[in-house]
Amino acid sequence: MLAKRIIACLDVKGGRVVKGVRFRDLRDAGDPVVLAERYCKEGVDEIVFLDISASAGKRRTRRDWVKRAARRLDVPFTVGGGVSSLDDIRALLRAGADKVSVNSAAVLNPRLIAEASRTFGSQCIVSAIDAKRTGADWEVYVYGGTTPTGKNAVEWAVECERFGAGEILLTSMDADGTKNGFDVGLTRAVSEVANIPVIASGGAGRMQDFVQVFKQGKADAVLAASLFHYGKLSVPSLKEYLKLQGILVRME
Amino acid sequence: MIGVLDYGQGNLYNARNGLRRAGAKRVKVVETRSEIDKCSALVIPGVGSFSEAMKKLEPLRSCLREFVGEGKPLLGICLGMQVLFEEGEEGGKTVGLGLLAGSVRKLRGASKLPHIGWNSVLSNKRAGVPESLLWKGLPENPFFYFVHSYAGVPVEESVIIGRTEYGKKFVSAVQRRNVFGVQFHPEKSGKNGEKVLANFVELTEKWK
Repeated sequence: MLAKRIIACLDVKGGRVVKGVRFRDLRDAGDPVVLAERYCKEGVDEIVFLDISASAGKRRTRRDWVKRAARRLDVPFTVGGGVSSLDDIRALLRAGADKVSVNSAAVLNPRLIAEASRTFGSQCIVSAIDAKRTGADWEVYVYGGTTPTGKNAVEWAVECERFGAGEILLTSMDADGTKNGFDVGLTRAVSEVANIPVIASGGAGRMQDFVQVFKQGKADAVLAASLFHYGKLSVPSLKEYLKLQGILVRME
Repeated sequence: MIGVLDYGQGNLYNARNGLRRAGAKRVKVVETRSEIDKCSALVIPGVGSFSEAMKKLEPLRSCLREFVGEGKPLLGICLGMQVLFEEGEEGGKTVGLGLLAGSVRKLRGASKLPHIGWNSVLSNKRAGVPESLLWKGLPENPFFYFVHSYAGVPVEESVIIGRTEYGKKFVSAVQRRNVFGVQFHPEKSGKNGEKVLANFVELTEKWK
């Protein structure tokens, strides 16, 4: 049976991890690869690196860590952030990323997902969606959640799948950073219409939140960042807890 | 030396990186017949479609048959396992390498495709069936990372060394003497994957 996945997200800026880091014993805890390796050892199932560098130029000149990640990590990893063209995707895959996530650029130009999945295969194209509740629905936002698009998030997820995305990384902007739990309603609404895996993101605070988003939200995977970084929760204890709650997770 | 076959599909360096992490001393990316001939073992990696892969592999058909005929170990990973069979249906009916009897078909009974994520391999523990050397030192029903929509359907039951459940059960690992195939990505499967690759590296040395 397929296990539910726990994904750790690292924000990278200029080749360095920017959010707080709990591993004091690490030689260089600001190095994305060193930190990701530690998460792998703890049993995390996947890593997502989000490059939040301000300009495309800065992102491109700092690709060396992607190559190092490919040599050192023994679980799949995704790179996202500012990916705007087929060439960007090709460069990241060539550097060794297993998957690339596309966000704003796909909303502005949906053909990017179609072309990318046709060229590189659906399995390596992740469609990242930032959604915010508006009334009874959720709206898609772009440019790091600053700009509303008028698009309905659930409908957009269906479109992404039709264009050939292999997975959906769904972030609730309302829940993100609150630690009050995932947006279960949003996750469930998307999971129920999508025939591709849905990764729930934003709002993880307690271990029960993960159970809820897997069971009620029907998520295939969850992504968390600061919760792991600040040592509030360790991956092994989370997995033990989920197992006790009857959720199938990978144990080594 | 272990060769990693470059036939224009992705995932080449990941397989090489994985073999190195698993302790392989000499790993080389190979492309031509003469390069393959120099190898003592070969890995066919791969992400992509069956028909596209076979376009590139067709000229190497006889070379790969001879390689296996000499008793050298060969490991197919994911698409690399699928092309070992006689026929695939992805991208239109296409003839495969035919090193294993059977065909490759789309996964049936699954709600979501591709099958992406960590799933466990139920290894053969039937009485009288020896465990494959590939599984040496692994826990019961080990988890591995999968990304695929198609899987091999062998004619001979005896080549099946692992099955996995996703909707229905499918064949996730095969071995016929020196020919091995795994549908999962050992190079992306944490400690378990590294163990599988280390087992392959080890038997490669024995085979010499």
